[in-house]
Amino acid sequence: MQEVTGLYVIAEMLRDILGHYLPAQYVDISMSLINIGVIFGIISMTAVVLVYGERKVSAFMQSRSGPNRVGPYGLLQTIADMFKLMSKEDIMPAGADKWMWILAPMILFIPAAAAYAVFPFDNQAVFADLNIGIFYFIAVSSQAVLPFLMAGWASNNKYALIGGMRTVAQMLSYEVPMVLSILGVVMMVGSMRMSDIVAAQQNVWFIVLQPIAFVVYVITATAEINRAPFDLVEGESEIVAGPFTEYTGMRFALFFLAEYANLFAVSAIATTLFLGGWHGPWLPGWVWFFLKVAGMVFLFMWFRWTFPRLRIDQLMALGWKVLLPLALVNVVITGVGMYIYQLLS
Amino acid sequence: MLQEFGNVGLLLIVALVFPLLALGTAFLLRPRDPGVEKSLPYECGVDTVGTTWVQFRASYFLYALVFVAFDVETVFLYLWAIKFQELGTFAFVEMFIFLSILLVGLGYAWKKGALEWK
Amino acid sequence: MNEWAYTAAFFIFAAVTVASAVGVVTKNDLVHSSLLLALCFVGVSGLYVLLQADFLAAVQLLVYNGAIAIVFVLGTMLTRRSIRHGTNHSEADAPSRLIGLISGLFVAVTLGVIATTPWNYSSAGAVQDTPAVLGRLILTDYMIAMEVAAVLLLAAMIGAIVLAKGVDEE
Repeated sequence: MQEVTGLYVIAEMLRDILGHYLPAQYVDISMSLINIGVIFGIISMTAVVLVYGERKVSAFMQSRSGPNRVGPYGLLQTIADMFKLMSKEDIMPAGADKWMWILAPMILFIPAAAAYAVFPFDNQAVFADLNIGIFYFIAVSSQAVLPFLMAGWASNNKYALIGGMRTVAQMLSYEVPMVLSILGVVMMVGSMRMSDIVAAQQNVWFIVLQPIAFVVYVITATAEINRAPFDLVEGESEIVAGPFTEYTGMRFALFFLAEYANLFAVSAIATTLFLGGWHGPWLPGWVWFFLKVAGMVFLFMWFRWTFPRLRIDQLMALGWKVLLPLALVNVVITGVGMYIYQLLS
Repeated sequence: MLQEFGNVGLLLIVALVFPLLALGTAFLLRPRDPGVEKSLPYECGVDTVGTTWVQFRASYFLYALVFVAFDVETVFLYLWAIKFQELGTFAFVEMFIFLSILLVGLGYAWKKGALEWK
Repeated sequence: MNEWAYTAAFFIFAAVTVASAVGVVTKNDLVHSSLLLALCFVGVSGLYVLLQADFLAAVQLLVYNGAIAIVFVLGTMLTRRSIRHGTNHSEADAPSRLIGLISGLFVAVTLGVIATTPWNYSSAGAVQDTPAVLGRLILTDYMIAMEVAAVLLLAAMIGAIVLAKGVDEE
């Protein structure tokens, strides 16, 4: 069944159809553009679904019903929100650094979208199966730090500036443990390619073999996407909206689009690295992939509505003094464990 | 390899254009009514006092500096991680030395309070 | 088709790199200068990709843009108290013009030398799996260099902490 409904087979059929109408060199580009269209479709759908999902999940955890007026079961709530945000007036703060202020949300979106290039949605259905797969993801997601700083500085607002600085400190502090936890998985696979990492999990998922790495990854990923309990930087009751304070309408929506795209991205990475990617019985690979990603997203949302927000010094102490040594210990244990395993077999 | 990166480049170009389209659509739909009160910096209704600046905290800088050192370390660790299975004991001991040198650095930073948020 | 795309990509990245580098030097606002430096690093990363050094391109983005550029930008943002713009003044007077002339001469001579040297092109093809080759090299042939790099990083970290703490205690 996976043969007919796998994404790769669908892609091959499309390629054949295009091959009839276009000369050979244009088929590649058109397939690429179609794939990009699909990816942006996924990103947009992700934003729409996750905004609604977050509100329903939070309502469920707080014993209330969430959006239920706009459309059946409130399903059109996100569409209504989008129209509302689009129709808001765009107010540039006085004294703002014009081009930096305008560019910050646009530049923030690029790393969030570029990370989707290496996700293995299905067997041989990676947009770009790079040799440096997971390292590309790490490099690209580390680019999201500067736009926060730009937004904070350019807004000419003290809250925004402090928020931007704290965002940068937080994201930097949690990036090293995240990279080291991913290192554990790369050590077990011996390759950075995403398809190799998924293929190595055919028998056993890495969450079983690398539990410490999984825990560290989940915690640091929550911090990297600035979600609770690490959302001090955009904590509504404390610093207004942190670096986004002076943004209105569609620009504000772009920040949130980037945030939800990032949420899907880290969940997809967790799925690929620890939960076996698209592997699973009966159903097509991509269905399993999306189910597992949905599970991880639910986990992240669960964290948000369960834990209280961390204070900035607690946050920093957790990142540098707990997670970093833990991730390093995991690397050493994995190395020693693999060495002994090799000696024994 | 270049073919794959070409595809990634195409994705990046579309990722650059997508927010422009979104903002362009909003540009057509939204009202325009600038006013002095609206463009003041937001401070929960209070007027701001003084220019926008933030107190120099050595903490921000120190975190960034320690991060630079550890970032470069992770690059070497990734290269080692791919190959250490094939290259046996020697590679493992090498990386151990590498890690312990940097652990000394981390310990120094910890002791000196560079990782404290003051 | 591919040749055309490659050439176009090269000129775009080269233009981005050179234009942002010029911007770093000539812009009045220091924060703008440091952000343009980050853009310059992105351009260089693109050039590495075109040279088929994909791992190096990712490292360039990760380390230079993700760490060093942030140190620069934080530095310019944190150490400017009152005036938001300015302090990168370039006064147009005789010494500046003389220096500009000499620099231009230097660039012209360098370009001339590069253009007229008979370069030897290696016949070995580009490596397709760069991380594996790099990994093997740093663990066998360049092992000493790697350990020295670790010591250098340690020295840099300690030095930076000593300097930053010194400033804090003043």
